[in-house]
Amino acid sequence: MRSLIDLLMLFFKIGLFTFGGGYAMLPLLRDEVVIRRRFLSEEELLDLYSIGQCTPGIIAVNVATFIGYRQKGVWGAAFATLGMILPSLIIICLIAAVLSRYMHNRYVAYAFAGIRICVVALIADIVYGLWKKNVSGYQSMAIFVGALILLGVFNLSAVWIVVLAALVALGMGEIRRYKKK
Amino acid sequence: MIYLLLFYEFFKIGLFAIGGGLVTVPFLFDLSASYGWFSAKELADMIAIAESTPGPLGVNMATYAGYNSAGLLGAVIATLGLVTPSVIVIILVAKLMNKYQCNSRVQTVLSGIRPAVLALILFAGLQIAKLSLADLLSGMVFAILLASIHFWKKSPIFYLCISAVLGIVLQL
Repeated sequence: MRSLIDLLMLFFKIGLFTFGGGYAMLPLLRDEVVIRRRFLSEEELLDLYSIGQCTPGIIAVNVATFIGYRQKGVWGAAFATLGMILPSLIIICLIAAVLSRYMHNRYVAYAFAGIRICVVALIADIVYGLWKKNVSGYQSMAIFVGALILLGVFNLSAVWIVVLAALVALGMGEIRRYKKK
Repeated sequence: MIYLLLFYEFFKIGLFAIGGGLVTVPFLFDLSASYGWFSAKELADMIAIAESTPGPLGVNMATYAGYNSAGLLGAVIATLGLVTPSVIVIILVAKLMNKYQCNSRVQTVLSGIRPAVLALILFAGLQIAKLSLADLLSGMVFAILLASIHFWKKSPIFYLCISAVLGIVLQL
């Protein structure tokens, strides 16, 4: 029971400090589940994002469910997910009920401008670290650059990018396998 | 029975919205057109509030839409509806992963996907950068934050709090 409550508290904290989508949550998640608690390796966390990207539902929830399930089975999944959605439920209901006029306050807007800059810096640092570990050699470089072009120029949906990268890797892997024989 | 309807509609959104939280927005426009639970203008406010409050965007949207349509219980039920498909699908996927993780083809595919996901993360960062790095001052704050994050590894929560204070003090 204790570890279930721990999972709930952990994802409550992550939900509380996530501004924006699932990607904004990555720095926090990495700090908690990779560095502090060692639930997952850095690579496994990236794999979770690709799974979250291609499966139905919000990425942040998918990632929370997955980690919860890994740690404590179905109940772990339920408690982690509950932790993830509780801050939203509490805060949004408060805002909808009473606080909506404060959202237009100047100082609130300044604070959020600062937070957004910080989110960009946190993401930049993570991309740099993960780049050093996971992008080496022509194939991974080509996939990385190709994905960026497809995203930025052709506006391709993230689902297709993940599916295409999987197909390219699988195809190249089969070719290498064939050559070895 | 509005609660059942809310659960059903948000379950559908959870099931079909593949990808980030903003993917839910077109579905919510459909909802506002077909049920009149909230107007398109209210939806625009909802997006602004969901973006600037803690919590994943998609969950915030569901909570807000549910609250607007049927009060507190509506908020809870819409949110549960949204996450139920995730919980079911992810548990199935996790079971399969445990079985096949050591397969070498699965490993090949995963190592190919990682650079692509990295590109997705970088792209998401660039989108936020376009909105937030508008002038020299914000650029300098960014550079200082980035350097301290890289060399002086504190918890991200620490930096988020500091940058909120910086935002107010410097009127970013």
